[in-house]
This record gives sequence, structure tokens and C-alpha cells, in this order.
Amino acid sequence: MNSGVGGHTGTKTVAAVGTERVAGLTRGAPRDVVAVAAGAVAAAWVVVALAGWRVLAPRDPALQTPSDRFARPGPEHWLGADQFGRDVLARVLAGARPVLVVAPLATALAVIVGTVIGLSAAGLGGWFDGLVMRVLDAVTVFPSIIAATLFAALVGRSRLVLILVIAATFVPIVARSVRAATLVECAKPYVEAARLRTEPTWSLLVRELLPNVRATVLVEATSRLGDAVFAAATLSFLGLGEPPGSPEWGASVSENRVWLTIAPWTLLAPALAIASLVVAVALLADALRRRVDAS
Amino acid sequence: MTVGSYLLRRLAAIPLTLLGASLLVFAATVVLPGNVARTILGREASDASVAALSAELGLDRPLPAQYLSWLGRFLTGDWGTSATLRAPVRELVLDRLGASMLIAGIAFVVLVPVALGLGLLAGLHHDRWPDRLISGVALGLGATPEFVTGVVLLVVFAATLHWFPTSARLPPGAGSLDTLWHLTLPVVSLVLLCTGYVARHVRASTVTVLASPYVRAARLRGMSSARLVRTHVLRNATVPAASALGVQLQFLLGGLVVVELLFDYPGVGALLLRSATDKDLPTLQACAMVLGAAYMLIVLAADLVYRLLDPRVRLGGAR
Repeated sequence: MNSGVGGHTGTKTVAAVGTERVAGLTRGAPRDVVAVAAGAVAAAWVVVALAGWRVLAPRDPALQTPSDRFARPGPEHWLGADQFGRDVLARVLAGARPVLVVAPLATALAVIVGTVIGLSAAGLGGWFDGLVMRVLDAVTVFPSIIAATLFAALVGRSRLVLILVIAATFVPIVARSVRAATLVECAKPYVEAARLRTEPTWSLLVRELLPNVRATVLVEATSRLGDAVFAAATLSFLGLGEPPGSPEWGASVSENRVWLTIAPWTLLAPALAIASLVVAVALLADALRRRVDAS
Repeated sequence: MTVGSYLLRRLAAIPLTLLGASLLVFAATVVLPGNVARTILGREASDASVAALSAELGLDRPLPAQYLSWLGRFLTGDWGTSATLRAPVRELVLDRLGASMLIAGIAFVVLVPVALGLGLLAGLHHDRWPDRLISGVALGLGATPEFVTGVVLLVVFAATLHWFPTSARLPPGAGSLDTLWHLTLPVVSLVLLCTGYVARHVRASTVTVLASPYVRAARLRGMSSARLVRTHVLRNATVPAASALGVQLQFLLGGLVVVELLFDYPGVGALLLRSATDKDLPTLQACAMVLGAAYMLIVLAADLVYRLLDPRVRLGGAR
């Protein structure tokens, strides 16, 4: 028995190829100027969210200074002040945290659940695959914004609800692409070899297939992260996320909508903050996707 | 499968899906926190009057009975009365639906030629500056929430330049030009959201078609570029564009809710949000059902157009 069909050396090689492929995605990346700039912007927001306004902001975002009501942008308030004389710059900096808590958590949840579903549906196949895909179709059929409104009306505004609603919307998307990538892998000889040596199903899924769909999972995670920032800001704007008075960007835009003609800077600053973050994440996701497609 | 039998099968599935949706809507609305009767009557109302109203509204009966009677009344066109807006729900919701469809319709009519044109332009200048510019801007705008672009549009064109009104709410008896003037900014923010994605699909298929052997053969035969685009590229680029449009129409519907709120427009999306905050159950249920049905019909229509455009799918080769 020295033919060496499969065996654990074979498994390791396949997994190693997967690791190399993922490593290759980050290596040499700095050549892409746009991606680097986008990464810098996204990283800056992460630093702001981690450090918090106490370190960076000129004053307390909740501090009301009635004499500064609707102060124009200037040396006193760099980005102006709002209806309560609160500093807009401080509020924009403080608003980074809610977004950067909700979006990554929702993305992580969606990617984990979606990967487990997609991987097992493709790996197990048969009636299980059919059932899972039917259920996913049924979930996708209902517009998520209506579902979010119903949920928010049902449970009230909370960050947890926001995370769960966004994650639930993204699970079918992640599951579909992971399933498609796994199906491609399933047709390859190493899977057949693993099946022939009666490797347990969980081991086939986790040790053989998962390392080889890692690139797909990575691309999905980045793309979904951008969508999650979009969704979190939009739902907060609709009044379905953060509580009223929160400095969260979407909520700020919504709160200051009525002051459009009097103090446009109170809307513009949080709006541009959202735009900079979502565009940065989208550019990063796009660069990553192109790199994966090229390899 | 022919298009006819496919259409029949899909149409037959819609009532079933809506039935499932109705269960979800009903379940979500009956477990709303807070006693509905007390919400309507206010905090000071006596327990006796709250109980009387609950009985009148049928809220004291078992849930399946409540669901069946609600569904029965909904199907026969009795959508109830809005307690907070003091108006019959059916007229209210259908009226608002018409207003929403107006914005969505205009946005769609603008979106299709713009996205096709930009996508073709980028694809024909593959990897040169028009392509880089269009692809980059399309990616950025597609990733930006419509209320963000809407705010920028409002600040620049309504608050600073005063070219357009700050609210899209139409004055009574507005003429068609006046209507268009009011709806320009909301329509532009919807179009900016959806164009990027569709244009990127058109670009990708244009690039693929241009690299194909039959296009090279046509070039070698001496076919002019304009004719090449007309006969080969356009047709092949519209097929994926139609399926991309289907996806974007769903975004358009979600975007409608956002845009209606931002531009203070009385559409069905704004009504949905308002009824959710007011706990106005009949209106909330009707809005969710109507939007759900509209969404499914839109998806079906997009799917159908895709099938009609692609002869491989139309003749039942694929799938």
C-alpha cells in the first residue's frame, strides 16, 4: 500500500495551498494606490472608534452651549454647532463607534452562519441542500427594510436588534456564494480521494473544503462589511436603530434634517463621514475581489 | 420550460408567498409591546373603556381566530380604519402607493438609459481613463446610502443654490412641470444609488463581448465600430443588465422608503415608518402587505424580461 492515494500529507498540501493563496492576497498589495488610500481612511475611522471622542474630540459631544446655537464652522467649532450648541466635529467623532460596533458584529455573525450553511449544504448535498436553498429563497423574498421596520416596531430600538436584522439579511447572500465555491471544490480529485478513504463528513468539510474556500469567505466578509455600514446607517436614519439623540451618523442626519436651510453643516458632516467610510470599504472589497479573481 | 408556463408557475407562487408574509406581518403586529386599545385611548382612559375597545377591535379573541378574520377582511378589501390618521386604510395606502410609484417610475425611466450608456462607454474604453473614471465613481456611488447623496444634493441644490425645493411634497393641483421640479432631487438620489451597479454589469459584459472571437471576425470583415456596437455589443450587454436591474429594483424599493422620509414625500414607505412608530396596526399591516406584493411583482417582471431577452433561457436550453 504505497500508492499514497490521499492520506494526510495530501490533506496538508491542499490546506497549505489555501493558506498561500490567502497570503498572496495581502502580499504586494501596497502597489494599488487606491486600495492603500481606502485602507488608510478605513483604518483612521477604526482608530477614532477605538480611541473614542474623549481622546480626540475638542469637547464633549453631548455638551450643550446655548450661546453657540447654530454657530457656523470656524476656529471655535471647526465643523460648526447644532441646535443645542453641541460641537458637530465632536459628534461626528463620537458617531464612529456605534457604526463600527454594529457593522463588524453583524458581518461576523452573517459570515459565520452563512459559511456554515453554504459549506454544509454543498458538502452534504442531496435533500439537505435542496431544503436549505428553498428556505434561503423564502427568506430573501421578503424585503429586508419592511422586515426591519416590523422588528423595530416589535422589539423597540436596540443595537442588538439592529445587528440581528442586518445579519439575517446577509446570511442568504453569504451562504449562496460559499455554497457555489464549495460545489466547485467538491468536483476536484482531493475531495473524491477523501470520500474514498471514508473520511468523516465533518473532517471533509472543516479540514478539506473550508481552507479551499477561504478566499471566497474573505471576499464575502469585506463586501458584506461595506453593505453592513450602509445598512446600519440607513436603519438608524430611519429611526430603527440608535435611540434618539445618539451621535450616530445616520441618526444625526435624521435629527438635523429640519435645520437644512439654517445649519446645513449639521447634516453635511455626518453624511460625509458615512460616505468616506462606505466608499473606503467598498474600494477595499473591490481591490480584494480583483486580486482573488486574478489568482 | 416555455415562458408561458414559467410565468404561470411564478404567478401561482405569489399568493403562497404573500400568505407566508401575511403570517409574518400579523405575528409581528399582534405582539407589539403595549396594549393597542390603551395606545389609542391614551394613558388616562379607564380600564373599563380599554376593555370595551379591545372587545370592539376583537383583540380579546384567540390569535388564530384574529388572524383568519383579519386575513378574510383584508382579502375582501376591508383594510380597516386608521385610528391615528382617522381615515380608511385602503384609500390611504393605495393613494400613497400611487405617489410612490410615480417617483419609482421616473427613477426607472432615467436609470435604464443612463446606466446602459455609461456602462457601454466604460466597456468600449476598457482600461483607459473614461473606464477608470466611470467604474470608480460608479463603485463609490453604489456603496453610498441614498440618504447621504440626498443630503449632499439638498445642501447644494436646495439650501445653497435654491434651484430646487427642500421638500418633494407636491402642492395641491401641481402641473406636470411643477411635479418634475419637486421630484428631481429624490429621483436623482435614487438613480445615483442604482446606476453604478447596473453600469458595472453592462461594462463587464461589453468587455467580454468585445474580446470574443465573433467580434474579432466581424472586425476583420470590416464591420464599422458603430454597427458592431449596434448589432453585437448592445444586445449581449443588455441581458446581464436586465438581471442586474432586477436586483437594483429591490434596492429602489428600499431606497424609496429612505428618500420619502428625507425629502418629506407622502409615499407608502413614509407611511410604513410612520404607522410603525404610531403603532397604527391596520395601516402598518396594509403597507407591509402592499409593499411586499409590489416587490414580488417587480422581481417577477425583471426575471421575465431577462428570460425574454436571452434566447438561451427563452428557448429552455439553460436550466
